[in-house]
Amino acid sequence: MERHFDEELKKMNTDILKMAALAEEAIYKSIEALKNRDKKMARSVIEDDRKIDELELVVEETAIDLLALRQPMARDLRFVTTGMKINAELERIADLAVNIAQRVVELSDKPLLKPLIDIPKLTAVARKTVKDVIDAFVKCDEKLAKEVILSDKEADRLRNLIQEELINDYLSKDTNAASRAVLLLLIARHLERICDHATNIAESVIYMIQAKVVKHHPEKLDNSKFTKYTK
Amino acid sequence: MTHIKIKVNEFNFYYGKIHALKNISVDIYKNNVLGIIGPSGCGKSTFLRSLNRMNDVISGGRAEGEVIIDGNNIYGAKSDVVEIRRKVGMVFQKSNPFPKSIFDNVAYGLKINGIKDRDFITARIEKSLKDAALWQEVKDRLHKGAFELSGGQQQRLCIARALAVEPEIILMDEPASALDPTATLKIEELIQELKKKYTIVIVTHNMQQAARISDFTAFFMLGKLIEYDVTSKIFTKPSKKITEDYITGRFG
Repeated sequence: MERHFDEELKKMNTDILKMAALAEEAIYKSIEALKNRDKKMARSVIEDDRKIDELELVVEETAIDLLALRQPMARDLRFVTTGMKINAELERIADLAVNIAQRVVELSDKPLLKPLIDIPKLTAVARKTVKDVIDAFVKCDEKLAKEVILSDKEADRLRNLIQEELINDYLSKDTNAASRAVLLLLIARHLERICDHATNIAESVIYMIQAKVVKHHPEKLDNSKFTKYTK
Repeated sequence: MTHIKIKVNEFNFYYGKIHALKNISVDIYKNNVLGIIGPSGCGKSTFLRSLNRMNDVISGGRAEGEVIIDGNNIYGAKSDVVEIRRKVGMVFQKSNPFPKSIFDNVAYGLKINGIKDRDFITARIEKSLKDAALWQEVKDRLHKGAFELSGGQQQRLCIARALAVEPEIILMDEPASALDPTATLKIEELIQELKKKYTIVIVTHNMQQAARISDFTAFFMLGKLIEYDVTSKIFTKPSKKITEDYITGRFG
């Protein structure tokens, strides 16, 4: 039976997807701006963050209204509470894209330190995890959500690689290169944090699907007997 | 887990040819509230009334299986129905005070049990009205008619009347469904207090109420016990899809 409530849940779902699309775009544009030394594009990422902030407020208000007015239970409750968490995580992800864009603006007046190799790789991982985790949310795909959680290791590995290279080859050798190396290091750090937030979303998605808390309990990433969630 | 107060064992109930309760087995824990939910006609009230043999009076009614309270099967050959109903009190959907004074309503159960000691009765009435959270509102007008009370007060008077004979278990059939939100809240708060002394089984159509007040929830449908679990689990992650469809209003 279709309920009026389902329409409201669908609207919340749609707004979350809009936010996810904007956050993905922000990551993409911030790194394109870095590659092309495009200050204008970096600034557009910073300005466009307003749209994501506004959507965050809309989703939050919708969720609070649904909790107060509909008193959702079971899968509905899990959808609304998960939606609230995803909302906050996406907003943080977009903020990190803004942080990258700010570093790009700072770097753009300085000569290129080195060709970018591992940062684009880490960017690819970050974009894929955000895309995959939203797909997992949309399709209620628990397997994909688990893959996102596991892929966080790859992000950590790449971040460490970038860090070692920047410290060993530039920071410890060339004082002229220090400020640029630190900015690149920060960008790597921002990208890795994006993957962490995607992991948080993946944990929430698994809770929504299976009613199972895997946060802080990776050993629970196996099968569960609870009713599965489908949209 | 705490002490089992009522053990229902493969219990069946028939209204003539209609099989109203099908093989129900459930443990009800002492000093806990069990909420019973389910669509109309699912057997909730029949189940509740089976716990103190209120169904005995229905012609064509037939029970099979056991309801064991403190180790004794109340459907056993030796059980005493009057004693069972003293031990297992009941409160109904519609408050039903007798057309008597507040005092006499609460004293009624004691008097029919042959108690005549006036001081004892007075003390017990005060205690029962206090336990039912009504004492402060009626202590100065105990001899006024019960119908002068508001709907919510009348329902608490019925609870006091049930408490006066010192039951151990209280059955409640939609005790707040005819009350306004304030009176409902008082009954719900009262139930939380009462469970410290009594074991409570409550039938409710109000899902949020079941979620608020019960420790365990049983979902009945078509005479069967579909799911029985800790309340927070039933309302966040029920294990059966049919339970989830019912509590989220996806039925029909």
